[in-house]
Amino acid sequence: MPQIEVRGLAKTFRVAERLPGLAGAFRGLFHRRMRDVHALGGVDFDIERGELVGYIGPNGAGKSTTIKILAGILNPTAGTCRVDGLTPWRDRRRHVARIGVVFGQRTQLWWDLPVIESFDLLRDIYRIPAEAYRDNRDRLIALMDLEPLLDVPVRQLSLGQRMRSDLAAALLHGPSLLFLDEPTIGLDAVSKLAIRDFVRELNRERQVTVLLTTHDMDDIEALCERVMVIGNGRILVDGSVDGLRRRVRNERVLVVDYDSAGEAGTVDAGGDGVRLIERDASRVRIAFDPDRLPAATLIGRLLAQGTPKDLFIEHPPIEQTVAELYAEHDMRER
Amino acid sequence: MSANIGPLVAVVSARYRTLLQYRAAAFAGFATQLFWGAIRLMILAAFFAAATEPQPMDLSQIVAYVWLGQALLGMLPWNVDADFRAQVRDGTVAYDLLRPLDLYSYWFGRTLAFRVAAPTLRGIPMVLFAMVLLPLAGLGDWALTPPASASAFAGFAASLVLAAMLATAVTLLAHISLLWTISGVGMDRILTVLVTVFSGLIVPLPLFPDWLQPFLNWQPFRGLADVPYRIYSGNIPPAEIAGELFFVLVWMIALVLLGRLILLRGVRRMVVQGG
Repeated sequence: MPQIEVRGLAKTFRVAERLPGLAGAFRGLFHRRMRDVHALGGVDFDIERGELVGYIGPNGAGKSTTIKILAGILNPTAGTCRVDGLTPWRDRRRHVARIGVVFGQRTQLWWDLPVIESFDLLRDIYRIPAEAYRDNRDRLIALMDLEPLLDVPVRQLSLGQRMRSDLAAALLHGPSLLFLDEPTIGLDAVSKLAIRDFVRELNRERQVTVLLTTHDMDDIEALCERVMVIGNGRILVDGSVDGLRRRVRNERVLVVDYDSAGEAGTVDAGGDGVRLIERDASRVRIAFDPDRLPAATLIGRLLAQGTPKDLFIEHPPIEQTVAELYAEHDMRER
Repeated sequence: MSANIGPLVAVVSARYRTLLQYRAAAFAGFATQLFWGAIRLMILAAFFAAATEPQPMDLSQIVAYVWLGQALLGMLPWNVDADFRAQVRDGTVAYDLLRPLDLYSYWFGRTLAFRVAAPTLRGIPMVLFAMVLLPLAGLGDWALTPPASASAFAGFAASLVLAAMLATAVTLLAHISLLWTISGVGMDRILTVLVTVFSGLIVPLPLFPDWLQPFLNWQPFRGLADVPYRIYSGNIPPAEIAGELFFVLVWMIALVLLGRLILLRGVRRMVVQGG
């Protein structure tokens, strides 16, 4: 049985519409016009135990709404959802004791308390047995390199440090399911890598199920085998990252470096849908479709014409793929 | 408050440690309250000097009433917690639902800490000042005298615990109301007036006109100040202490139940509208 089972999940917010200007504000005092905003329009998916699933979509597409419903802090308008046999918003207290949630935009630590005191407080809130707590805490501190931060009040941490502490805090009670809502937002490269390594390790070694939302496609490429794309409150694509890429365009780029400028200037890649994207003094970049022309054949052609110093194949950046997908579905930020 | 005592204690102590970090504010508060205490004493003493009829309290009881009021001012539920208001405003309160706790108990713990942190910082120096320093300075007439008797002291301690809980229940009602009103400025103003007048902080309740006494005796705010201070000074005799404590307890429980009821609706709104 899947760990998460979502069927027909829908969420409609009612918002009061404000009329422009002073006259509008005055009229609003007596007569409020309500408008329905459909954040989710019937979403279905299953997530199996131990999966690491990326959940992407433009701003306002419904990602955070989904996470909040799954975490039990928002009620859906329609649909069902079972997480480990519980309905999150109905069995809230039992449900939240078993999950970990991290929101990149806001910390759940105690702003004025040192990190270690926040951890101790969570031990009491989640009633974590002393021994399990010690084990978990020490392991997380070592993994996330938190030792030097333990006595620092949370408000003095950098964003990267805070994020590492937040992640550790979400895992102290040993949840088997982790929701990460934009965990790498605003982080520098080193911190991003640290977070990714940690999430990967958690998923592989501890079989923690992870649902991850992000705008950083590198997160998706580095971590996820499966990705769901949401737009206008509906799931548009649910499948492998490769599948997502293929769905839009099945193209690879072969990059070839030469020692001498002359060779790069004269090389000719031939036909079969091959496209020369870029050529400068010592490098050429050639786009090809592996279904029409296998990489080996293309490389063979190039080797016949000279001796490259180095060559490697690039995937098209997934950002581009996703941007094309959004365009295809006419998804704009709302 | 169900079986949440362990986590609740942890939340109280964490919040408490947070608030203890603001020592400068505590010192400034101490100085201000000292000043106001002196002014209130002078005004009330002038009234007593001009009084032609016997009053329901004697001057030493009034002096105790004033100093205890100044020491415990921060415990009165006259304002909302700025942190809490900020959390409501930016929607972060909804994330408190991520904790496996009964939300009312959780917030009760947070609010209790908010209410009792300031008085421990300001109150103890105030009591020392009024009880020890004033007599040393030759102002013994204006000093805080010790409790009237051992039973007055025990009754005072118990009524103080109840007053803290009652103050928390009232503050928490105001906090919960923020889920609808958001700004909380109006709430602060209403609370300040209600609480300072009806707890006895501005004028000790027994000094109000006789025709108001039946009303004053039955309203909950007197459990915040009037009851403990008069037990302390012996103005409420030991034989009546148990009845007064029971009175405060009943109001406290009623306000907790009311808070729970309203919070239930607030949560429904929160989980529907998304914080």
